[in-house]
Amino acid sequence: MDWIVQKLWLIPALPLVAAGLSALLKQRQRRLAAALAIGAMVLALALSCMAFVSALQHPGQGSVVRQGVNFFWFQFGDPRNSDAAVWLGWVLDPLTAVMLVMVTLVGLLIFIYSLGYMAHDDNFTRFFCFLSLFAAGMLGVLIANSLLLLFICWELVGLTSYLLIGFWYHKPSAAAAAKKAFITTRIGDLALLLGMVWLYSQTGTLLFYDGGHGCLEQSALARLVAQTTTLGMAASTGIALLIFCGAIGKSGQVPLHVWLPDAMEGPTPVSALIHAATMVAAGVFLVARVYPLMAAGDGGGGAVAAALQVVAWVGAITAVFAASIAAAQTDIKRILAYSTVSQLGFMMRGLGTGGVAVGMFHLITHACFKALLFLGTGSVIHGCHEEQDIRRMGGLRQFMPITFATYAVGMLALSGFPLVFSGFWSKDEILHSAHGWSVSHWPFYLGVFGALLTAFYMTRQVCYVFFGSLRSRRREEDLIPLPGSTETKSEPTHVGCYDVHESPAVMTWPLVGLALLAILLGFVGTPAWPWFQDFLNGERAVLAPGKLAEPATLWLMALSSVVVISGMGLGWWLYGRKPQTDPGALDVLERARPDIYALLRRKYFVDEVYDATVIRFNSWWARSCDWWDDWVWNGAVQLVSYAVVGLSWLNRVFDEYVVNLGFDRGCRGLTEGGGLMSRLQGGGVQGYLRVIGVALGVLVLLLLWGCHAS
Amino acid sequence: MTGFPLISLLTLVPFIGAVLVIGIDPERRKLARWLALGFSFAGLALALVLWGRFDSASGSLQLEERHLWIPTLGVQYHVGVDGLGLLMVLLSAIVVPMAMLASWNIEDRVPIYFSLVLFLQAGLFGTFTALNFFHWFIFWELSLIPAFFLIKLWGGPLRAPAATQFFIYTMAGSVALLLVFLALFLAAGTFDFLQLADLGRKGALIPLLSAKLGWHDLTTRGLALALFAGAFFGFAVKVPLMPFHTWLPAAYTEAPTGTTMLLTGLMSKMGVYGFLRILLPIFPGEVHRMLTPLLWLTVITIICSASAAFAQRDLKRMLAYSSINHLGYCLLGLLAVMSSSRMAAVPAVEKAAALNGVFLQMFNHGLTAATLFWFVGCLEARSGGARGLHDFGGLRKVAPVFCGLMGIALFSSLGLPGLNGFIGEFLIFKGAFPLVTWATALSVIGLLVTAIFILTILQRVFHGPLNERWSRLPDLTLVERFTVLPAIGLMFVLGIYPQALLGVINSTVVRMVEQLTF
Repeated sequence: MDWIVQKLWLIPALPLVAAGLSALLKQRQRRLAAALAIGAMVLALALSCMAFVSALQHPGQGSVVRQGVNFFWFQFGDPRNSDAAVWLGWVLDPLTAVMLVMVTLVGLLIFIYSLGYMAHDDNFTRFFCFLSLFAAGMLGVLIANSLLLLFICWELVGLTSYLLIGFWYHKPSAAAAAKKAFITTRIGDLALLLGMVWLYSQTGTLLFYDGGHGCLEQSALARLVAQTTTLGMAASTGIALLIFCGAIGKSGQVPLHVWLPDAMEGPTPVSALIHAATMVAAGVFLVARVYPLMAAGDGGGGAVAAALQVVAWVGAITAVFAASIAAAQTDIKRILAYSTVSQLGFMMRGLGTGGVAVGMFHLITHACFKALLFLGTGSVIHGCHEEQDIRRMGGLRQFMPITFATYAVGMLALSGFPLVFSGFWSKDEILHSAHGWSVSHWPFYLGVFGALLTAFYMTRQVCYVFFGSLRSRRREEDLIPLPGSTETKSEPTHVGCYDVHESPAVMTWPLVGLALLAILLGFVGTPAWPWFQDFLNGERAVLAPGKLAEPATLWLMALSSVVVISGMGLGWWLYGRKPQTDPGALDVLERARPDIYALLRRKYFVDEVYDATVIRFNSWWARSCDWWDDWVWNGAVQLVSYAVVGLSWLNRVFDEYVVNLGFDRGCRGLTEGGGLMSRLQGGGVQGYLRVIGVALGVLVLLLLWGCHAS
Repeated sequence: MTGFPLISLLTLVPFIGAVLVIGIDPERRKLARWLALGFSFAGLALALVLWGRFDSASGSLQLEERHLWIPTLGVQYHVGVDGLGLLMVLLSAIVVPMAMLASWNIEDRVPIYFSLVLFLQAGLFGTFTALNFFHWFIFWELSLIPAFFLIKLWGGPLRAPAATQFFIYTMAGSVALLLVFLALFLAAGTFDFLQLADLGRKGALIPLLSAKLGWHDLTTRGLALALFAGAFFGFAVKVPLMPFHTWLPAAYTEAPTGTTMLLTGLMSKMGVYGFLRILLPIFPGEVHRMLTPLLWLTVITIICSASAAFAQRDLKRMLAYSSINHLGYCLLGLLAVMSSSRMAAVPAVEKAAALNGVFLQMFNHGLTAATLFWFVGCLEARSGGARGLHDFGGLRKVAPVFCGLMGIALFSSLGLPGLNGFIGEFLIFKGAFPLVTWATALSVIGLLVTAIFILTILQRVFHGPLNERWSRLPDLTLVERFTVLPAIGLMFVLGIYPQALLGVINSTVVRMVEQLTF
């Protein structure tokens, strides 16, 4: 086993140590905190590259090579029973290797970028502490060979996401967004927890791979498929769906997508790193990791496993749903947030219809170009003095040439502009597999429509931001918020873009690096040379340019090119041809169809519906529990106590008026009787004799009477 | 059996301390505080010695002492610890000094206050080590009476009704227990827990009851059930299980912070301990027969208490309801153990998991809840009595250390992996899910609502714009930091290396699972 496999734990441990150390630093030790975080990240990147090389050196022959180390964590039952211990472990396989390099590389670039972006923040030290903690958790998710370890890191990542969304905690909106994010993802996580304990009870282990005994290996899966539970569902399907709930929460899929756009309250590097490139993709990664479980039961006559069908449908619906919302937003970060949700839907659809490699390829390319777009956005916001409303921007390409150029690359990659950009190849792959899906063609149609929308809203955004002329300059004095923009305001101070400037080099160089990646990455996964896919599947890649010319491939490439170009053309025609000049003017769409525009702009009213149902129900339920407690349970106790008090009172009445009074009366009677009797004993002898005489007479008379009678 | 009477000494030390401290001149407050703290640390040291002498590999009772006491009644002085007892002794030994430090600022009748705390500690040590009902009951009551006076004399504005309700409610439970044990004594002729458990395990208790005891026209099974119900009531009040919990929010809220720490950290554990040591071993069949209604009660407790916590506006009341919720998981775990009598290998693993989880949860909750109340007490002391959810805001700006550390404790209470709360809950859910699936699945709602109200606390108290009223709120002092850091450190240690405790309790759990047959 390679040295790097033995030491793979160092990759998350280094940022963890950095986080622990910088937590102890003083607020003013800014350089040291940044150096710790970036140093740890550089080392983690170096180790990740070693891991990647190691994975490259073990090409599988049709099956994936996995190396890992499992270790004992704790014992919870009879030591003689092998199931009564919890084992954790890490694993290195192509999936882990690719993700490790991506996360450490993108993470490092964003760390460097943050040096510039957060330079003036008071809590700079704390920021890097949280970022390092996040990196530790995220890297832990990637290397985990145990669902439990994955879950632990998963929650750690959720915690750092919470901390970083609420980084500017003094803003009520940020505090609320952080809470919303944690709770929404927690809903999914609890389902994941249930799925995990179910899986544990069925297979007796949570290790993914354990020399044939792991829960993702053949024997365990066969057992799971054979078990049927309620509704005639195989246990594997039930578990897979519960685990997928966790992925829905983390990756912002419908119906738990509501937290991700709000998460844009965090600093922009955080949005780029956590809420675009890495953490939100952890859900996709989770599905990819437990793919054998998701696909279990597959193969019965070519039928697709029920869990995978759900994955594909959820992804397909989310992709179009979120893309349509993105088309009507005006906050530069929120557009990208909905775009992220939509792209994550694409990945899920890729996983569901085409397998691990298809979804993961889009994950990797998306991570690069979406991080690029977010960092570009950060640069724009920074240059415009915290302005986030695209209606107040415009014409920025003159002021920020580097940002514009790199942003354009990211935008073209995201839109899937043909041939040169990575997004084209990865999206094409997804459409291709959706097209060949045996269950339904709808995911494919939705995918094509989603691609059209993506190209459209990105063009709209770029036209608003970079073309035309700067709109806020004319209205310097007008600080009144634009209509409908109150909810999207993130910074309370609103000074407008008077003095727009390009960002410093520490911020632009990461942009350039990511832009290069956004172009180059596409070429490792083209149909002609599907190196990436073959690497993940444990096969040797073969260069076959002829594949490009196959009619099916060619037809699809042509179709998606047409779709993308028409989407961009539409966007240009509506927004670029005649740029808006007044920031208060109505959107083109709004003028055309105000009803649809309002529906999209208000995000299909999902937040409002949740407010009116789930949240209201929850607070009603809480109040009724409280009421029930106060009045029913406490009332019952009070009643009992009143009953006891009443009983005591009765007792007292009986005591006082029956027992005591009777006794008193008796005593008094005795006294009075005694008094009466005492009068008889007056001491007068004559009296006594008189009584005796009378009594004697009476006695004699009685005796005489008696004798006579007898 | 012969040897140094370590356990007796353990109970005796705080008792002696209590007697000494109560005699101190009320004006010499400093002496009273330090002396009491010294005795509580002596208790901690002895508990650690006990741990050192304890053989973790054996699950049976150890360091037993057995002396004849009242031969005519078959009363023996019988003490000993297994993993469960040791765990509880350790918890008591840790929480009591913390509670004393939290009470440092009390100025009124200081010697009496600290002496009562030591009495309570003696009662707790006695309760967790006694194996004969006779003196177990004395200790059980000995811990109740100081708690009553602590609430009644040093509590908040509504202390009188709170203390009365607390006392009478728990007293009613104690009376029920006393009657049950008298009945058991009449039937079996012994007060010894181990002998009674043996009878209960073999199913011999019911024939004995029918032979020796009859009550009106109650069938023997009915009689057994009535006895079970009495004992259940006694412990359910203490835990507490809904609907026997109404004394708790008032008592926890009105008690001075140090006392609340003792109430939530330790006295609520007496109830769960009673379940584990007495109710389940002696009445296994009855628990099994009543399992479904008991599970319903547990699920209702878990969900409703969490929801009720969310509805509170007073931080102490919130934490009080949260306490009920957390102990609900303990009951879920221990009821799951009684769900199936099959002694196949698979349920044994799940039962061991659930029971280990229950033990851990008891310890973890004791630690975390006591720490949280400590933090609220700090806040209350600084704010001059304000502790409403909406009284604060933005405290992170002025008191970052306080907020950071309390945040860790809150997340531990929420069950965040990496901190202590998670392992116990995970093991309970892991064990209970296959045994009592529906109840476990419903209980997850409690976890969600807990997350909601804990994050609400964070949002309202720590985040948002700074409430100008508290712009001069001092952060934790150095002494306070040193008081709470060990607890926070322990949360991390147990979250990352749970084997530290599991190694102590696992053998006991395995043995208990083997013995809980019916």
